Amino acid sequence: MSLTWLERKTLARIQQRVGPSVVGPHGLLQPMADVLKLVTKEDVIPAAADRVLFWVAPVVVVVPAFMLWIVIPFASGLSVRTLELGLLYLIAVSGIGTVGLLMAGWTAASKYSLLGGFRAAAHLVSYEIPIIFVILSVGVLVQSLDLGHVISGHTVEVGGQILRMPDQNFVPFAAIMPLGLIVFFLAGLAEIGRTPFDIHHAESEVVGGPFVEYSGAHWAAFFLAEYMNTFLIAVLTVLLFFGGWSWPSPPTSWFGTDVPEWAVRTMGAAWFMFKAYLVTFAIFWIRGTYPRLRIDQLMAFGWQTLIPLSFVNLIIVAVVVYYHWPTWSMTLISLPFILLLWRIIGRRSRGIDAVSTVKLMDKSELEVTTLSDDLLVADPSGAATQNTEAR
Amino acid sequence: MIAGLPPKDKNVPRRRHPVIESAPPRLTPVGEALAKQISDVLSDFDVSITAELDEVCCLVRAPDVERICRLLKEGPLTSMKYMRLLTVVDYLEDEAELEVVYHLYSLEHHHKMMLKTRVSDPSPEVPSVAGVWRGAGWYEREMHDLFGVFFQGTPDTRTLILPDDFEGFPGRKNYPINEYDEW
Amino acid sequence: MKQRDTLDTRAAKGVPGRTVDMMINIGPQHPATHGVFRMVLTVDGERVIDAVPHIGYLHRGSEKLCEYEDYAQIITLFDRLDYVANFNNELVLVMAVEKLMGLEVPERAAYIRMLMCELNRITSHLLFIGTFALDTGAITPVLYNFRDRERIQALFESVSGARMMHNYFRVGGVKEDLPDQFNERLESALSEIEDGVDEVDRLLSTNEIFLERTKGVARIDGVSALDWGLSGPCLRASGVPYDVRTEEPYLLYERVDFGVPVGSQGDCWDRYYTRVLEVKESIRIVRQIMCQMAPGEVQTKTRRIVRPPQGEVYAHAENPRGDFGVYIVSKGNDSPYRLKVRPPSYCNLQALPQLVVGHYLADAIVVLGTLDIVLGEVDR
Repeated sequence: MSLTWLERKTLARIQQRVGPSVVGPHGLLQPMADVLKLVTKEDVIPAAADRVLFWVAPVVVVVPAFMLWIVIPFASGLSVRTLELGLLYLIAVSGIGTVGLLMAGWTAASKYSLLGGFRAAAHLVSYEIPIIFVILSVGVLVQSLDLGHVISGHTVEVGGQILRMPDQNFVPFAAIMPLGLIVFFLAGLAEIGRTPFDIHHAESEVVGGPFVEYSGAHWAAFFLAEYMNTFLIAVLTVLLFFGGWSWPSPPTSWFGTDVPEWAVRTMGAAWFMFKAYLVTFAIFWIRGTYPRLRIDQLMAFGWQTLIPLSFVNLIIVAVVVYYHWPTWSMTLISLPFILLLWRIIGRRSRGIDAVSTVKLMDKSELEVTTLSDDLLVADPSGAATQNTEAR
Repeated sequence: MIAGLPPKDKNVPRRRHPVIESAPPRLTPVGEALAKQISDVLSDFDVSITAELDEVCCLVRAPDVERICRLLKEGPLTSMKYMRLLTVVDYLEDEAELEVVYHLYSLEHHHKMMLKTRVSDPSPEVPSVAGVWRGAGWYEREMHDLFGVFFQGTPDTRTLILPDDFEGFPGRKNYPINEYDEW
Repeated sequence: MKQRDTLDTRAAKGVPGRTVDMMINIGPQHPATHGVFRMVLTVDGERVIDAVPHIGYLHRGSEKLCEYEDYAQIITLFDRLDYVANFNNELVLVMAVEKLMGLEVPERAAYIRMLMCELNRITSHLLFIGTFALDTGAITPVLYNFRDRERIQALFESVSGARMMHNYFRVGGVKEDLPDQFNERLESALSEIEDGVDEVDRLLSTNEIFLERTKGVARIDGVSALDWGLSGPCLRASGVPYDVRTEEPYLLYERVDFGVPVGSQGDCWDRYYTRVLEVKESIRIVRQIMCQMAPGEVQTKTRRIVRPPQGEVYAHAENPRGDFGVYIVSKGNDSPYRLKVRPPSYCNLQALPQLVVGHYLADAIVVLGTLDIVLGEVDR
């Protein structure tokens, strides 16, 4: 809930507005007011909708969003349940939400929501693949699927030797696996359905997509799921790549005296939250700045760019770990691929002069004009001057 | 307009100023050259060329409209590739005719003209020029909605501006604006 | 084209399901249609196969109303036609009447008219850029542009008393002179608007995602554009350098120096960028006007109720949306016998089916945005 307030305030300030400021000091009680309003609204179910599935769809979307938080550790050992297969659990459960969106799109018996549902299904499923591969590569790097080990490291016995696996106490994985970070962040943005990947609920086209027929508490459920997922991706980014509660690790001794366990954990959790909120802020910032991609461009970006790069990342990690190369070699090998990604993303924008096909003609140049057959085919080399011939 | 009183007919001149001036034609040299060109190009048809202010005005017979427009568009000297406006003026009360007016412009030669034709009431029909300029389609639909002039051969005959079940031709002068009951 | 079965017709026949086309109604009530406009698209998956625009939801019978009002009252009606570019509409009407009467307008009045029209061009284009960015998904530029529009609208309010429906031009000049300190306020507003437009330009024009959405989308070549009757930035983006301000100069456009942006590709990006460049050119024109304007009279003496002589006249000007024209048939009375408006958005909108068919559904919205229609003008 605090995220909705944060998002609205952030977007407002980017747009030179104030944002919620009436309800409570600085609008802090706005989320309360929103929830109250949504919950007391009349629940409208379209006549042609399948009543059971219509009701169930938001549930299918929200419950996995909550289930994912079970394994997230906020400080060492501070998670609802520490699973040894934490990373795998994340991958598995995040797929369930997609089914809920598709259900919502289909059962609402409206063409807009159907289109939105199609788009959502297509793009959510495609962008799960890069996420899975990056999570797997982190698992390969750390030789464990436990989320706690990703941060604080662990030891593995290999053939009689005790090896210490990489941890993030001093060097975050962002420095070791930068390609993985970028791919994960972009794919994560797409998974949660945020600009520039929010085509399935683009307001200016399908007016809400699969959510268009929902009102009141059901819509609040979808809304809630979206924000929880947003925060989850931010948290995962911080956990997997920015050291979680560590980097630096919270001090265990303070001027000679031992800091009590609960204080270490609290400091760790606070530091973790702070970093997670920074990443969330970046996600909102991106929303305020960029236009959205069309569905085919989105799919092309996922399948043609992100998935191959996530393969490459996995291969790099596997090779480096297998041959026991030092971890900084991973950074070096990743760099050319990051440059490649940069070139792909910035393919068209090279500065206004290279991009512009519009020529500013002075008034005097316009006086002599003849329409010729050259106009039949739009000339990509800038044919405005071809039309001026002497009469 | 106050309910209950008959509408003031603004088209009847008031007695205080019985003299109505006419704006004299003021053709530019380009316009005069165009008038000559049109009379050459359209010498086979029954046309009469006048001038309204600074526009050359050419009155033609209704059945010839489409052929004349095509000649004007494709002729290299006239080259009227741009149709600006298609409208209908209602002269049913005075002259029992509806006048269809086309405003044409040439970007190459920078000259403009008005093409007029007259049709009368029982079946006001004019051949469509949507085949000559694609942009004429909507104008013709709208003129059919508002005035009842039918353009033969126009690609789309659905109503454009008025609701589908509207009866009558509201653009005409004899449309009862005051007596119109919406419910 | 051949009638394809839709889901509804097949269901009515009792035929089991198969892949068919879907008819989507981008209805009169929709966040992206820039007014009450209805577009019925037949889509095959995401590709648009057919597009049928339906207009008339805002038809108010303005042309018929004009036959019952005198010319001073008609000015208020014209304000409400293209309700984003009010001064440009008023200008065409008063130009038509003055042409019919052979009336000369004092120089200061002509400069004031030009100034107001160019400022209105800036506001109209800023609105376009903002809402077009919103159509593509960028939610921030619209607010920056509205901030800049507010600056100009405050100036309009000081001049005419109203932010939008001004009723300021009169037959023979303008209603009254500019207020005090107008020049200083205008100059400060202009410098801030220049910065604002540059900011939005940097944010959008070379943005990779924006380029992907608009480059190469819905190309139209110059000959087709002329055939459809397109005008204004839509026509110029297709390579046809037709601008009424240079073809048939009106007011005092011969005395100011400006450039006209002409595109070459005729796609959405060109239509967008010609308007961005036009804003910058308008700012240049406004600065020149401010230097050239000298004190003087602002209205030629006419009768209070204007009575032009008998005759027919067609006058037109370069509106932000295109070539706005007025055809008046006068019988020598207070009100016109017939008044017909040639709205540029009406003609631009006719080309929508050709532009949209074959592209994606998301592109249909983007194309509708670049045509920059205002329904008040389309429906009258």
